[in-house]
Amino acid sequence: MALLETKDLTINFGGLTAVSGLNLALNTGDLHGLIGPNGAGKTTVFNMITGVYLPSSGSIIFDNHNIIGLQPHEITKLGIARTFQNIRLFKGLSVLDNIRIALHMRANCSVPAAVFRLPQYYREEHRIKQRAMELLKIFGLQDLAEKTAGSLPYGQQRRLEIARALATDPKLLLLDEPAAGMNPQETKELMALIRWIRKEFGLTILLIEHHMEVVMGVCEHIKVLDYGVTIAEGPPEEIKKHPKVIEAYLGEEIKSA
Amino acid sequence: MRAIENEFVRRFVVPAVASTALYWILVSIAYRNDYYMYVLTMCAINVIGATSLNLINGFTGQFSLGHAGFMAVGAYVAGSLTKFGHWPFVGALLAGMAGAAVAGFLVGLPTLRLRGDYLAIATLGFGEIIRMLIINSDKLGLKFLEGPRGVPGIKRYSTFGWAFFFAVVTVWILANYIWSTHGRACGAVKEDEVAAEAMGVGTTTYKVMSFTIGASFAGLAGGLHAHLLQLLHPASYDFLKSCDFLVMIVVGGMGNLTGSVLGALFVTLITEALRKLLELRMLAYAVGLICVMLFRPEGLFGTREFSLGALRFLAPRRPVSQVGGDKSGAT
Repeated sequence: MALLETKDLTINFGGLTAVSGLNLALNTGDLHGLIGPNGAGKTTVFNMITGVYLPSSGSIIFDNHNIIGLQPHEITKLGIARTFQNIRLFKGLSVLDNIRIALHMRANCSVPAAVFRLPQYYREEHRIKQRAMELLKIFGLQDLAEKTAGSLPYGQQRRLEIARALATDPKLLLLDEPAAGMNPQETKELMALIRWIRKEFGLTILLIEHHMEVVMGVCEHIKVLDYGVTIAEGPPEEIKKHPKVIEAYLGEEIKSA
Repeated sequence: MRAIENEFVRRFVVPAVASTALYWILVSIAYRNDYYMYVLTMCAINVIGATSLNLINGFTGQFSLGHAGFMAVGAYVAGSLTKFGHWPFVGALLAGMAGAAVAGFLVGLPTLRLRGDYLAIATLGFGEIIRMLIINSDKLGLKFLEGPRGVPGIKRYSTFGWAFFFAVVTVWILANYIWSTHGRACGAVKEDEVAAEAMGVGTTTYKVMSFTIGASFAGLAGGLHAHLLQLLHPASYDFLKSCDFLVMIVVGGMGNLTGSVLGALFVTLITEALRKLLELRMLAYAVGLICVMLFRPEGLFGTREFSLGALRFLAPRRPVSQVGGDKSGAT
């Protein structure tokens, strides 16, 4: 039984079919990539899986739950976490608070306990803070805990976003262009990080990326979208040579007479 | 264990002792002067109104302009219960809070889907609807509310002592809510709703919860206000009253609890001090506000919160490790 399975997933915006007939199957522990030219519908797939968009037809089964129609926060609670293409941290809040907010969902502290400062409140706050600091340490951000998230350099914001997603304790992690805007050194570190968190947290990862080095380097299986339609899928070596993929990215070869 | 005892002292003992001391200082200043007592009571009531509005506008980022409407609900419920039902004062105040909370919940549930300007207009509309319902209450079967003439003869139960007590309790409760995991969830809603949802924060829940809590304390302020003026009148709770609270939190600093306490005191005292200027009063008030916005657009107190840590300089120096690093609340 796959952890995440979509069947014939389709979404229309007015007359435009952004994604059509998408079939995905990820087993626990998989690291798959989703690639395609700009506007191919990759982020739309993420938005459907996380409940931001409601698919027009098709099914999404996650961990034996039909998640279509659930609110995004309910889907997060089931164990799907994501990062965003254009970093969406809580920019005005501290680095620590960014993580603590992600830990809120699984905290066991009622509103009355918080308002009247009952022992439950102290216990949970202590636990939340400890866990948050642990995560920050893993990502090398512990010294920046009190800094405002928006003031961090770009690369660290990306790392913080991944740390924040992990704080929700997910089974499936969706990474939307994690290497966007990173320099080669940062990209290398990111690849190592992705491999490492998969092992350490026992995650299943679905990755959108334009950066071919990253996709080919870390993903075991790649799916290529173009105009919402799956044009190819398979292991990286196959994808590299696939004529339709080359056509989608570079255009059709001119047939010489 | 020691840490919890310290927390107990910090959260319960120190605020209680400090506010009792402050109470006696204020009472001894205003002793036997009815006008001073009245102004101090108004200050306390406005502190309740402003801090509770700041929970909605400043900390959860939902721009509400209907605060006076909820104040009216609290005032009319509490006032008619003491006058017609002969309820005890505190019981009536709590009933007023409950009434305003219900109103806040019912208004919040449909309107909080809206954002920014749209939400402001919708809440403004609801505030006015409540006022219109009161004005027409005599035609709607509630004859004893006397419609636009208002209900006179409410007993003057709102002493400075009660108002001060409720103001302290309000600020304490709001501070505890804001500096907890729930308050952080509100902060997430304010910063970015999409990201908040993706992090598992139920944005609708938190918006409605903040709105309901804010409305209930507005109801408390209304109940106290009615028993201070000894009159229930729809004109006391019009749009301008909502604007007053908005001015207080903007002057004090949006999303700053200390700021909205001081902003409420500042605006109330300035309004009283300017009484001597007669017609020029509103002009001077407006010029003052423009100056604040020009020179301190982030509010008089910006983002700095008062905490016990700020009083550290009074204590003998200790190693840094013993000083609590966590951001602690006001009161």
